[in-house]
Amino acid sequence: MDILATALPALNEAFALILQPQQIMFLVLGVLLGLSVGVFPGLGGIAGLSLVLPFVYGMDPVAGLALMVGLVAVIPTSDTFASVLMGIPGSSASQATVLDGFPLAKRGEAARALAAAFTSSLFGGLFGATVLTFFILMARPLVLAFGLPEMLMITILGLSMVAILAGRLPLKGLASAGLGLMVGTIGAADAGGSPRMSSYDMPYLYDGLKLVIVGLGIFAIPEIIALLRQDRSIAKNAELGAGWMTGIRDWWANIFLSIRCSTIGVIVGVIPGLGGSVVDWIAYGHAVQTSRDKSKFGSGEIRGVIGPESSNNAKEGGGLVPTLIFGIPGSGSMAVFIGGMALLGYDAGPQLISNDLNITYTIVWSLALANVVGAGLCILLSGGIARLTTIRFTLLAPFLFMLISFAAFQSRQSLGDLVALFAVGLVGIFLRRFDWSRPAFLIGFVLSGQAENYSFQAYQTASFQFRRSMEQGLEYIFSPIVIVLIIVTLVSVVLGIRQAKAIMPEGAVDTGTKRAPLIFLIAVTAYFVVSLIDAAMISQMTDKIFPVFISSVSIVACVLLLIRMMRQPETDAVFADREAAGEDSDAAHGLWGTLAWFAGLLVMASVFGFIIALTIFLITFLRIRAGLSWLKTALFCAAGVGFMMSMAAILNRDFPPGLLQAYVELPWPLK
Amino acid sequence: MARPSPVARHWEDCMSNSKTITRRATLGLAAVAAAAFTLPAQADMDLSGKTVEWVIPFSESGGSAKWANFYAPLLAEALPGQPTVVVKFMPGAGSTKGANWFQTQAKANGLTIFGSSGSTQFPYLLGDPRVRYEYRDWNVVLASGTGGVAYLPPDLAEKWKADPKSLLDVDFIYGSQGATRLDLVPLLAWEMLGLKVEPVFGIKGRGDGRLMFERGEANIDYQTSSSYLKGVTPLVEEGKAVPMMTWGALDADGNIVRDPTFPDIPTFKEVYTMMKGEEPSGAAWEAWKAFFVAGFPAQKMVFLPNGATQEMIDTYSNAFKKVHARPDFAEISKKRLGIYPQMTGADADAALDQAISVSDEAKDFVKNWLKERYGVELK
Repeated sequence: MDILATALPALNEAFALILQPQQIMFLVLGVLLGLSVGVFPGLGGIAGLSLVLPFVYGMDPVAGLALMVGLVAVIPTSDTFASVLMGIPGSSASQATVLDGFPLAKRGEAARALAAAFTSSLFGGLFGATVLTFFILMARPLVLAFGLPEMLMITILGLSMVAILAGRLPLKGLASAGLGLMVGTIGAADAGGSPRMSSYDMPYLYDGLKLVIVGLGIFAIPEIIALLRQDRSIAKNAELGAGWMTGIRDWWANIFLSIRCSTIGVIVGVIPGLGGSVVDWIAYGHAVQTSRDKSKFGSGEIRGVIGPESSNNAKEGGGLVPTLIFGIPGSGSMAVFIGGMALLGYDAGPQLISNDLNITYTIVWSLALANVVGAGLCILLSGGIARLTTIRFTLLAPFLFMLISFAAFQSRQSLGDLVALFAVGLVGIFLRRFDWSRPAFLIGFVLSGQAENYSFQAYQTASFQFRRSMEQGLEYIFSPIVIVLIIVTLVSVVLGIRQAKAIMPEGAVDTGTKRAPLIFLIAVTAYFVVSLIDAAMISQMTDKIFPVFISSVSIVACVLLLIRMMRQPETDAVFADREAAGEDSDAAHGLWGTLAWFAGLLVMASVFGFIIALTIFLITFLRIRAGLSWLKTALFCAAGVGFMMSMAAILNRDFPPGLLQAYVELPWPLK
Repeated sequence: MARPSPVARHWEDCMSNSKTITRRATLGLAAVAAAAFTLPAQADMDLSGKTVEWVIPFSESGGSAKWANFYAPLLAEALPGQPTVVVKFMPGAGSTKGANWFQTQAKANGLTIFGSSGSTQFPYLLGDPRVRYEYRDWNVVLASGTGGVAYLPPDLAEKWKADPKSLLDVDFIYGSQGATRLDLVPLLAWEMLGLKVEPVFGIKGRGDGRLMFERGEANIDYQTSSSYLKGVTPLVEEGKAVPMMTWGALDADGNIVRDPTFPDIPTFKEVYTMMKGEEPSGAAWEAWKAFFVAGFPAQKMVFLPNGATQEMIDTYSNAFKKVHARPDFAEISKKRLGIYPQMTGADADAALDQAISVSDEAKDFVKNWLKERYGVELK
């Protein structure tokens, strides 16, 4: 009752503050800005917030908060467009949505998938806000209960989802995840700073690869290339099937799944340090495990969209807890948000809850309201935007190449971004071709840093506790939360392995000859061996153990796969190859010819700079590959380049410079 | 060091100003009037309609971001022609990426400025192979100082107060970002006292260190002043943390004295003297002091690139002076930055000089210590 007595008056006050025409106007403005920034993969909330930060200074606090909250709230909503329509994971919040959302779009059910996703987002957001309203008052001890062992266990729980997404052969899934983990270790080690598979002379690699690049490379590029080769629309036969009303009904039919996944979202969001990277995988895994018919997951199961989307908006609400009560941002955009709050004269921290509870509630409920406005708007738009999937893909592809190159460049603003994007894209294309689980790779990559840091830090802290006394050490490691998490993980691995055979995360794949899959396996094994040698040569123990361990395990998996390859006939699943039969092998255009277009854009960008290269690329592509008239080519090209320039100008972003720019000084946007 | 340190001189200003707000406001107004009077004579550049890019070599979430976001709107207002000032983040390789970019590619057109931090200074001083920049090429227009406070959980603090030596056999755990960062200063200080502190490396920011402390996983921690005021003071009030010592501040003669923001907390130097019965001296102390001076009293600086004209330098120096002369500056900066020296002009030059003049002995001592104690080698 105490909580109610504290919460209700402040809540009342908060609503009085929010529900003013002016505040709502700013909120809607923030939502609109957030939607327009959020649809671009790789930009996300940080770019949007940095955009409004200069205007926030001196604004009325509630209006300023409304503007910023509106912007942050809709990012995980709006990035769903790219995930579902194009198969591009816009941010870490929408990785899992791609798995089933994109196949639905290919079936012509984009509007249904989008509507289900947005309704789930809306519900998740509201659910999160409701829980938070009361929870925020007593969250502190609970958040503090999550120490290093607990965070390590949640990371392991996230990794255990690999078991479900491994595909037909668990060993291949394990090796994929191992590859992802190893790619995640590239660069300076967090603990001691030793360079791994890189050197001080290669500053790009020394910093490691960013999620944007890996997400785009592993998911977006293979899909774009595959569709472009077939020269058709995303939705087969350019027809739209089930519409957005169906999507809302789908959500209603799965409301309990939505509630459970929202709960997962809030709980994981509350724990600082984990960020959003695990939430949607755990929710996706949960959706799979609790479904009776698992056969459709990966090829267009609506529950695979509802689960992760319910969780990721609820997570944003949960993420406010560490941000507001500890002043520790849960994500990059939350960090900028704290900066913005300071501009308005509010410091995030315990005193905010105790002294300015009404402001706290204003933030929480602005978030909920922004979710309603944003998701509502998106649902209404989804029917129309879904039509994009009926356009001939050859006309969309050049603009997608343009967008993903620009998005990738935001990662480090170096030409290396484009090289890395292409290299990772190539890996993605092969993983897809030989049916190595790409979700497993991505989970491995995303959780690599956390897995290494938490295991090392938990180990180190635990050893001090043990030194004090055995009892204290055991108590530290095996807290009740850890024990529960261990049980959940074990159950999910056992169930996952049992069920994995029925789930094809990326559809069925035929087998072909032995040669190509064998060469790829040998190449992957070689990479593991090289990384193992590289890691073994590191002198600092702390930076060495994790890569040595992971690469060793992966090498064992690879060797077992090799043995299987030697023993089994060509028809065995281990020889899966999309070029052997099916859509890819029947495609009108070859893989390398199509890829060469994209490579051409990147090579030209490195010579002439991005804008000049883009102009040449668009003209030649539209004219030659798409066969448009000169007039249409000119119009489309002008639209694309003009759009890119205004985007960059508004967001104050530069374009990748080329060799030319190193010698000649050119005015923006050519510089 | 015979001449008064610029940091210290500013200190005295700060202290004498902090009597009453009214007095401060009057002074500020007078300064604004004075600045306005002298402005036309200096023929500053006109930046109307232009966009100034302030490059920060860190991510949006760090302390440098807070500092730049605090100054950016004020700077925009104070620069002639009120240009737009945008903060641009260029994180990477522990800030050496952004600094290298500034050294080799930034144009001296008066529209690009760079914000460095202690984490940019340390790799430079330690001879990190990634460093391709040279501080002496740049032109400093602002130097902001800060301090640092170490704190303990209440049970250990009680023992500490009774007898610091009773903590010599306690196993301390400290969440650290890495031994080559600013964490070098606390780690070396604790080691000099003979405390057994084991750092758990690899945390993402000092905020995470504080969280480890709050969770009871770490039992010693330090924060820079502004984070201490914001994050730890509430814990102290609740009785969950007790301040242990500060790193101190520099006085007019370059001596380490009590930090004016925390006059009641003893400095490391005092604690050392009390525990060991003599003032600290020797190679370790010289090295500690050198790195403290490099990392704290002029922690964050704003630079114009190599080749900037005197006109550009004056324009920015004057703009920052104008910001500091705002009647409300003391009040708004106290909350966001703490009461620390904000130096411009010759004071900033001297502060920069002090920050990067570290003797080779001190550098070698630290490099050797990093290698022996933590196995960290910069090569």
